[in-house]
Amino acid sequence: MTTLHYVVSSLDPAAATYTAVIPAGEPWLHPVRRGQTLRILDLEGNQAVDTLFYNLHRPEERYSAADTVRAQGALYLTAGSRLMSTEGNVMLTITADTCGRHDTLGGACSCESNMVRYALDKRPMHSCRDSFLYALSQYDGGLTKRDLTCNINFFMNVPVTPDGRLTFADGVSAPGKYVEMRAEMDVLCLISNCPQLNNPCNAYNPTPVQVFIWDTGAVA
Amino acid sequence: MAQHLNPIPPDRFLWEERVPGGCHWSGVLRRGQALRLTDLGGRANVSALFFNAHEKLERYNMADTLKAQHTAYLTRGHALYSDMGHVLCSIVADGSGWHDTVCGVGDAALVASRYGQTCYQTHRNAMYRNGRDGLLVELGKWGLGKRDLVPNVNFFSRVVADDDGRLHFDLAHSRMGASVDLRCDMDVIVVLSAAPHPLDPRADYAPSDVMLTAWQCGPAGPDDVCRNACPENQRGFYLTDLLFR
Repeated sequence: MTTLHYVVSSLDPAAATYTAVIPAGEPWLHPVRRGQTLRILDLEGNQAVDTLFYNLHRPEERYSAADTVRAQGALYLTAGSRLMSTEGNVMLTITADTCGRHDTLGGACSCESNMVRYALDKRPMHSCRDSFLYALSQYDGGLTKRDLTCNINFFMNVPVTPDGRLTFADGVSAPGKYVEMRAEMDVLCLISNCPQLNNPCNAYNPTPVQVFIWDTGAVA
Repeated sequence: MAQHLNPIPPDRFLWEERVPGGCHWSGVLRRGQALRLTDLGGRANVSALFFNAHEKLERYNMADTLKAQHTAYLTRGHALYSDMGHVLCSIVADGSGWHDTVCGVGDAALVASRYGQTCYQTHRNAMYRNGRDGLLVELGKWGLGKRDLVPNVNFFSRVVADDDGRLHFDLAHSRMGASVDLRCDMDVIVVLSAAPHPLDPRADYAPSDVMLTAWQCGPAGPDDVCRNACPENQRGFYLTDLLFR
């Protein structure tokens, strides 16, 4: 029996020091400092938010899906999950979650994987990895395709069955659901607001999301 | 499902090498060559990464592999996809039946906390090696490093998830003599560590030795079990074949 736990935040959006709307299909690259809290808000519901984190000062240390799964002994991310780096350090801790489950196995869509998964003529469709690569090309931090590794898919539901099947289920998210995480080190956050139209991860209609950042020590 | 593996035809044999439990290895295998991994003691775990030997930016991609085949584990019929939509290698025979894809490798801190502290000064080559450092050493031999340490395959290890996603290491899965046959569908750099699986709960450090056996098997034909396992793989093998036209 699947159990989803919800943890509501007490942070006030009006007190956030930064906010931005990420339109459907666009990337977002922004630092989040140690002690700051990042919220990602699913404005219209069922929108996958492909997310990577790097150590802001030493980006060869980055989010590791495998270390996160191994360290918590569980596949899905929710409140309490510690997002681990490739060097075994906690990068961020999920502190609030009104969605209840987020994926970190499904990776990011690309034109190459769309050709394999759906049809050879899907190559021209916009994809998360195109957004990631474009964002990195505009960033003067030396990051390249080599730095694109297995990401988090906030608001995406990719259940694994006990017999090892992996399915892309309809989202467990809805308009107004959010996930919030506290940075335990200075990180660079790279988001692709997913443009995938070939499966239900965005309910076949990609929509905008909103990000908020609160400063160190922010309380209700 | 676990199956019986056929003997390797002597006229196609290339080489054989024993990797002691805990140790690491890397090498190049060309398209049409196969690598058999054999668990010699019943407690082997082989953490593996794969790279296109000619363009190392192209590498094994766990997520693309799982998504294309709607699976969370690997066995016979599965292809191991790169991030560029190509099949690096594929599992043409499997006496194990389940290979983990999601748990990654243990590091020095995990090995020390679980098995105790050892070092070269006191234990010489019996020191407890860990998967992360072993992979990093082998990656370094090809000009690769921390940026290339992506989620790996753990051959011979079975980890199942319950409905809430909690993971359970299957102690009954491993079997002495179990083998898995990987056919290389491109020219690939294979990077291996035979250190214990990070979720193996046993208290003693005793990873089994692994035998590597390579032979010339030829590329995937039109009736190949992996190529025809699903429409996704038909497209993936087609795109891979294009590289060699």
